Amino acid sequence: MHARIRTLALTAIALSAVTTTACRKKPVVAPAPAPVVIPFNQDSANAAEAAKRAAAEAAAKAAAAKAAAEAAARLAAAVAAAKAEFAMPVYFDYDMSNIRDDQRATLEAKLPIFQANPDMRIRVAGHTDNRGSDEYNLALGQRRAAEVKRYLVARGIAEGRIDVVSFGEERPAVAQDNEDAWAKNRRDEFEIIAGANPFKLPNK
Amino acid sequence: MLCLCLCLCAELAGAQDTIPTGVRVGLTYNPSTRPGVFVTAVAGEAGDSVRAILARDLDFGDRLTVLSADAGPPPSGRFNYELYTKLGASAIVQASVTRQGSLHIAVHDVAAKRVLNVGDFAFNGAEALSPAWRMAVHRASDEVERWITSTRGIAATRIAFVRDQRLWIVDSDGANLTPAGVGGLALSPAWHPTARYLAYAAMADDGTHIVVRDLGTGQSRRIPSLGGTNITPTFSPDGSTLVFSAGDDGTDLYAVAPFGGELPQRVTFGRGTPTSSPTFSPDGRKIAYISGRLGHPEVYITDIDGTNAELLTVSPSGDRPYRASPDWSPDGRSVAFTSQEGPNLQVMVINTRDRKIRQLTGDARNEDPSWAPDGRHIVFTSTRSGAKQLWVLDTESGRTRQLTRGAGIARMAAWSPRMEQP
Repeated sequence: MHARIRTLALTAIALSAVTTTACRKKPVVAPAPAPVVIPFNQDSANAAEAAKRAAAEAAAKAAAAKAAAEAAARLAAAVAAAKAEFAMPVYFDYDMSNIRDDQRATLEAKLPIFQANPDMRIRVAGHTDNRGSDEYNLALGQRRAAEVKRYLVARGIAEGRIDVVSFGEERPAVAQDNEDAWAKNRRDEFEIIAGANPFKLPNK
Repeated sequence: MLCLCLCLCAELAGAQDTIPTGVRVGLTYNPSTRPGVFVTAVAGEAGDSVRAILARDLDFGDRLTVLSADAGPPPSGRFNYELYTKLGASAIVQASVTRQGSLHIAVHDVAAKRVLNVGDFAFNGAEALSPAWRMAVHRASDEVERWITSTRGIAATRIAFVRDQRLWIVDSDGANLTPAGVGGLALSPAWHPTARYLAYAAMADDGTHIVVRDLGTGQSRRIPSLGGTNITPTFSPDGSTLVFSAGDDGTDLYAVAPFGGELPQRVTFGRGTPTSSPTFSPDGRKIAYISGRLGHPEVYITDIDGTNAELLTVSPSGDRPYRASPDWSPDGRSVAFTSQEGPNLQVMVINTRDRKIRQLTGDARNEDPSWAPDGRHIVFTSTRSGAKQLWVLDTESGRTRQLTRGAGIARMAAWSPRMEQP
């Protein structure tokens, strides 16, 4: 469609050139009207051909780009999912720092990500609910972070790759005062601080 | 006016001569009663404010009953002691702001019909009603309280606390609320015994570290960190040692010179359990702190070298106990702390000798006590008015007053030592 329009335009330019030349002569007798000949123009043919090729190439490129974009999006989604998996908090019982049985799978799921990103370093931040002493909660949060570090180290992760900090009750996930909020606030959070850019997905 | 002032000055000058120096002249003070005291109108610049501050300070001291009769004009001439007896006054506080810029105070013993004591308190050029001027009046109040009751007051003190994870300082009467000037987020302020320095835990995304801040110069010094968690600093009574809680696997107490020198030395060995909130005994030989070594927090006492650690708060069986936030009283006889009692935390006090525990609060959630230098009042965090605010409790009478108000939650209060004259 695009190529057709261009061809027509070129033809129109050629026509106007012929008419202009004709006007400049000053004939006494009007000659027999010459048949209007549209001269074959190699350039415009080439241009049309090139345009066609370009269009095809562009289409192919677009398709490839689309496919690539889709692949990149799939990868980004997979990376985001893996990062989300990695960031998944581990939850604790009230005033406890031992790792609950139902939280082990969350920790296990992080191991392949450590393996796929051998330079990756992380920070585990321990948090508490707001029921006890503010200050003791800072110590308890530290204990929770340390407990998770101990677990990961026992599963083969180098100690130097894991920093532990505590924020006690200072940074709640849910700023409310009820059982549900407390349960969500008694947690360890996981943050990648270095060595995972680009982030590599674990082999499935 | 001039005449009045002259009369007053003449009387006071005369009164001063009648007091032999170095001789103890005290009102017969019985701690179980609160003798009546009348603060007369105050002549001189900002006299009304002086009178209001003196009267309020003596009231907040909880050792005297401040009589609320109309002040009338500043007194001149001889005192009609019989009239004050009828008012119920045991003592009269007569103050004036002198032209030389100081506060002159005479305290009269009504029963003996004579002047008990006089003193001059310098404003040191502080502008009337400025924070330094107010503190000068507070220092005068504290002396007046000592003249009448033999115990120095606590008006000339300040309370450092945390509001919205930032450090603030407020005068003991609730006035002069000011940010401590710390840029970032901060927790757990602790006063140096000189009141010149404040230690606290600074909080950032990579964890917490201990900072000692010079409130005079605004300079801060960071204590070497031990891992990502460095919390709950406290100074020894002689100011030469800072003890805080830190560690990578659980937390332990560490001791360090606050103004530079060696690396922190470990005090406790909790083997991976949480440890926090140290507080020195006033003789500097012991530390009370929280440990979770039994699986729940309790208050322990140890010698400062880490030996002889023992459980202080032995819990009754039954409910799962939770004891935290110890603060050793200035007289050394007791430790205030927080305990889980039913659904709420409450402020308790334990006698360090016979281990008897007394519950001091019961209304809403109350926690994190800090003793005033008089060993009688405590400041603590309470939800009794809604959001967490600071309240002051007289542990003798049970009288309470609200110290902080307004937006944000106030907590982690630390009562300063007395602010001595600069």
